[in-house]
Amino acid sequence: MVEDIEKIKTEILQKIADIKEFPQGAHNLRLNGKGVERVNSENIEIVPKENGTGIDIYVKPNTKNESAYIPVILTEGGLNDEVYNDFHIGENADVVIVAGCGIHNHTQHDSSHNGIHTFYLEKGARVKYVEKHYGHGQSVGKKNLSPLTQVFLEEGATMIMDTLQLEGVDYAIRTTKGELKDKATFIINEKILTQKTQFASSVFDVKLIGAGASTKITSRAVAKDESNQEFHSNVTGTCECFGHVECDAILMNKAQIIAIPQISALSSDARLIHEATIGKIAGAQLEKLLTLGLNEKEAEDFIINGFLS
Amino acid sequence: MLKIENLSYKVGNQEILKGIDFEFEKGKFYVVTGHNGAGKSTLAKCLMGLYKAGGKITLDGQDITGKSIDERAHMGMGFAFQQPVTFKGVRVIDILKISGKKLPDFESVLKKVGLEPSEYLYRELNTTLSGGELKRVELASVLLRDISVGIFDEPEAGIDIWSFNNLSKVFSEFRNSERTMIVISHQERVMKLADEIILMKDGKIEKFGVRDEMLGTLNAD
Repeated sequence: MVEDIEKIKTEILQKIADIKEFPQGAHNLRLNGKGVERVNSENIEIVPKENGTGIDIYVKPNTKNESAYIPVILTEGGLNDEVYNDFHIGENADVVIVAGCGIHNHTQHDSSHNGIHTFYLEKGARVKYVEKHYGHGQSVGKKNLSPLTQVFLEEGATMIMDTLQLEGVDYAIRTTKGELKDKATFIINEKILTQKTQFASSVFDVKLIGAGASTKITSRAVAKDESNQEFHSNVTGTCECFGHVECDAILMNKAQIIAIPQISALSSDARLIHEATIGKIAGAQLEKLLTLGLNEKEAEDFIINGFLS
Repeated sequence: MLKIENLSYKVGNQEILKGIDFEFEKGKFYVVTGHNGAGKSTLAKCLMGLYKAGGKITLDGQDITGKSIDERAHMGMGFAFQQPVTFKGVRVIDILKISGKKLPDFESVLKKVGLEPSEYLYRELNTTLSGGELKRVELASVLLRDISVGIFDEPEAGIDIWSFNNLSKVFSEFRNSERTMIVISHQERVMKLADEIILMKDGKIEKFGVRDEMLGTLNAD
């Protein structure tokens, strides 16, 4: 069967970045392990690393209302791609960065992509970072995605990270680490859905080392069929700081979820909270939707779509 | 007409409903009242199919006893829960959209229940809304639908701030010659809206009759 790779690329781009083509501004497309398209803007410069392992993204201080798209697409089966991207965000910049990776695999060989992204936010900088992971294509070969995101926030910096994995990824170890100085804020919103025999593990490790630093980690997960998920979080506070971790998960069929929370208050001024709820869809929710005329499948889809919206 | 014959419901060995017969006529407003544990809410839930009851239920001559909840909903039955349900990530507009109606209809129904659409349409249907606000959205989700039988389980509960006059007005507008209203309530102010009042006791209908006659009897009791 001849595959329409251009069509697949467009579909993946839509899924991982909500675009059909790149908007005006900085962007970098990595396709099958190679950078194939790169555009800089006046304030955002993308520089390939000399050893070819990734890119450096430099955002000038005080850059406002700009975005950078840096998606990764794999369409060749059996490819194991690893990339190191470093983001250097200047003081008081306020930008949106859209990453994400989509793997199309139609072969018997596993494909994988490991994106190691390191963010350095200078004083007062603010980044909204959107990262979506997506697997496409019916194949025996697995589609594996294991991102590592490391975030270093200087005084008063803010990072808001929306990370989604909703479809087609067979195996994922999703690691996010953060180190926050005075008055820095790190907000993480994770949405994850696994089905069939997929496995996903989310690992969050955030260290609040500056006075007034705060983090809020919210994970909403749905595990269907015989899939497995793990949720590991560790928020450490060494000073006057605030951390809130919330893990909500819906279990369906024979799926399993393990949540292992850890909060480490190493100062009497640290205030850390962890909440975790794992369970089936509430019967009362289903009943309400049935009385409105939805059938059981429609009601389940409605609840899950809302939960992961 | 909604007709029930020998309607019964058991939990273990305990009979909650004990063989009830009744005919709810089209276009009439019924209030079902009685003490706690009399079986009022159980009766309402059996009518909607939320509980599987013994006996027979027919709607306009069609046997609906074996019909599922959603099938009954498609046949024109609506049910407002006493305790509104919350949903994570679901907005008020999302629940209203299930009706198949459009934005002007959503705005209209929210205004009717005393919620300003611009403030509430995009709010998440979770505990950031007060109990009273959730209750009004619950009512709106039912009032929006084209139903021929509306079952309301204690609609006035939890909406103290909202004046009862508004609820009364909404029900007056909602009822029509083609629509049967069945309201579960302890409140005399709700009973005053009814055409007929049904008094339940120990899983049976103790007595029923037209409003004024029944109110006189209930007050005398």
